[in-house]
Amino acid sequence: MISQMEGSQAVAQSVALCRPDVICAYPISPQTHIVEGLGAMVKGGTLTPCEFLNVESEFAAMSVAIGASAAGARAYTATASQGLLYMVEAIYNASGLGLPIVMTVANRAIGAPINIWNDHSDSMSQRDCGWLQLFAESNQEAVDLHIQAFRLAEELSMPVMVCMDGFILTHAYEQIDIPTQAQVDSFLPPYEPRQVLDPAEPVSIGAMVGPEAFMEVRYIAHAKQTMALDLIPGIAADFARTFGREAGGLVRRYRCDDAETIVVALGSVVGTLEETVDALRAKGEKIGLLSIRSYRPFPLAAVRAALKDAKRVVVLEKSFSVGLGGVVSADVRMALSGLHLRGYTVVAGLGGRPITQAALTRMLAEAVADTLEPLTFLDLNHDIVNRQLAREAATRRSGPIAENLLRDVGGKSPRTETADKTEVTA
Amino acid sequence: MSQDLKFYQTGTFTVGNRLLDPDQRTVQSSLARDNSLTSGHRACQGCGEALGARYAVDAAMRATKGQLIAANATGCLEVFSTPYPETSWKLPWLHSLFGNAAAVGSGIAAALKVKAQKAGLEHSATHVIAQGGDGGTTDIGFACLSGMFERNDDVLYICYDNEGYMNTGVQRSSATPPGARTATTLPLGPQPGEEFGKGKNVPLIAVAHEIPYVATASVADLHDLEAKVTKAMTIHGARYLHVFVPCPLGWGSASSDTIKLARLAHESGIFPLFEAEHGEITSVRKIRHRVPVEDYLRLQKRYAHLFGSHPRPDIVARLQAMADKNIKRFNLLEDAA
Repeated sequence: MISQMEGSQAVAQSVALCRPDVICAYPISPQTHIVEGLGAMVKGGTLTPCEFLNVESEFAAMSVAIGASAAGARAYTATASQGLLYMVEAIYNASGLGLPIVMTVANRAIGAPINIWNDHSDSMSQRDCGWLQLFAESNQEAVDLHIQAFRLAEELSMPVMVCMDGFILTHAYEQIDIPTQAQVDSFLPPYEPRQVLDPAEPVSIGAMVGPEAFMEVRYIAHAKQTMALDLIPGIAADFARTFGREAGGLVRRYRCDDAETIVVALGSVVGTLEETVDALRAKGEKIGLLSIRSYRPFPLAAVRAALKDAKRVVVLEKSFSVGLGGVVSADVRMALSGLHLRGYTVVAGLGGRPITQAALTRMLAEAVADTLEPLTFLDLNHDIVNRQLAREAATRRSGPIAENLLRDVGGKSPRTETADKTEVTA
Repeated sequence: MSQDLKFYQTGTFTVGNRLLDPDQRTVQSSLARDNSLTSGHRACQGCGEALGARYAVDAAMRATKGQLIAANATGCLEVFSTPYPETSWKLPWLHSLFGNAAAVGSGIAAALKVKAQKAGLEHSATHVIAQGGDGGTTDIGFACLSGMFERNDDVLYICYDNEGYMNTGVQRSSATPPGARTATTLPLGPQPGEEFGKGKNVPLIAVAHEIPYVATASVADLHDLEAKVTKAMTIHGARYLHVFVPCPLGWGSASSDTIKLARLAHESGIFPLFEAEHGEITSVRKIRHRVPVEDYLRLQKRYAHLFGSHPRPDIVARLQAMADKNIKRFNLLEDAA
């Protein structure tokens, strides 16, 4: 049924349609509305039988999900940002044990400085943890990906993160087509665990493994992600047949045929980029867009196939590997091994900075002219950065960086004057 | 058990099973015991934790007719019982992490509850225990433990307390007693060993959560330990059992003295045995023959610095005062009448 609703509420309804047995909730913005929605359904009796646990931390949330999943339950939780980092040890454990937990990550920046707004630093920090990572372009896709995620997770017996941009998607109201229970039931069979804690057939799960088999156990996780490269398009195709709309898959190509310049991105910024590409196409620019929907497994072959005939590739990413540059860019480069394309990394939107069509248009014009820096920070305020670097060069006790920058943004910098005076008197 | 039985074979430390009716004998004395933690594991000789776990889990298995699942924290118990591809566990068993056994137990219990609801049952026929050492319980697993308590999740958590991080090479935990030598509390300086005024009493913290059942137990008192496990398995909600398990390796004691040390810890008052329900202490195990704390300390090299060439009777006196305080607080002495 099509209705106007908040992204988080839509995801809550979607997860509920997947008939989860155990849901663990710990509040963190911008994920909170999702578990609030699910909690209301469990408490109100519309989602039953289901256990909804208000736990004391994200570490406990993932740990409860691990126990529940190992005991044969379909387990779900949601988190973001600091919460994702707080559960990291359990995240690796869930994938190492091969437990098909599904988790929403409402993508948000990581502090310090503390920041509640959107970028992809949180889930990107977990790209090597063994979980599959699917990225939603829109709220409709977020709804649809959750249904696919449970099926994918359970077919592989591996956990799946559904990543959706915090606030931009989670708090946006738009038209959503919520599927019927019958549709979801026909697409998602009941959970049949590969391993289960059952007194009738006792097994030990989570034994210590030494050098004799550890590499093989880890390799199997990789082998499963490789298998997922085939499984994900199949599930997306089946989804399209059942629900009558397209969602998921490994990548989505937009106006890439004959494109000389292709922009690669993930998540909700793809929508803005589509409009930017349309505008540039209208001006005769041969430009296209590649949306990466499955970030783990990373679809090397699909990315290579989509990009190989272009002249230049611009990876626009809301993540940043400090000391190197791009995170997604490194993976895209791997997909292009041996090909000679001009490559640009554009780090954009960190901590919720708006990515405007005007800025994208300016940046892409430079890219097409090949005047863009190989590593570009979109809309970076160089003035306040340089002022802070000068301050640090001049003064030992230059003070907290973030506070100085905020003062500079506000046009004042009393801290510098005070600090200078202190040093003189000392 | 209608009659209050006492076992007076002093000096032998036997539990006197042969004097009892068969139905009053311990689970461990029965050939029908489950041997849930079966032989062949790699615990040290005289390991108190291995004994404690075998007693506790077998008693829980009997109480639940074998319908039991265990979550296990990282630590000695996990390492010595399951080096891949071997396992000593004959019940369904899951090791996840060091600090999350209580939460994993909560997750298993939640899954079982939903499964029971789907089958139209009020409670699952399968029960859950979570277990770990003192480090995994009183330190790194403390938040998850407290969370499991306050939600009143249907889990019996068993802490096997050997008063330190033995698996990593005998470091201090918040259960390490004052004066004790560990690798991180060396017998150096004016306050040798663990300093006084530190550490926490997790059994009493569990009582403060007002959960349905809390008990302390000891590998020296098998009847008592088994009775407490059996009672715990008749109760739903969060339950906590804290078992005193000497560690020959970490304590520098003879392997043959494990039970003796556990008995001396109780009889000196240094480790009180009690039960509590919903926040109230409901019973204590009385001391039969009170012994000075020094008898307990002298058998352990971790206290050797108190009795060597530079003896510290002042510290021994402070430890005796701790035991005296326990005796008074829990009323541990037999009534004179």
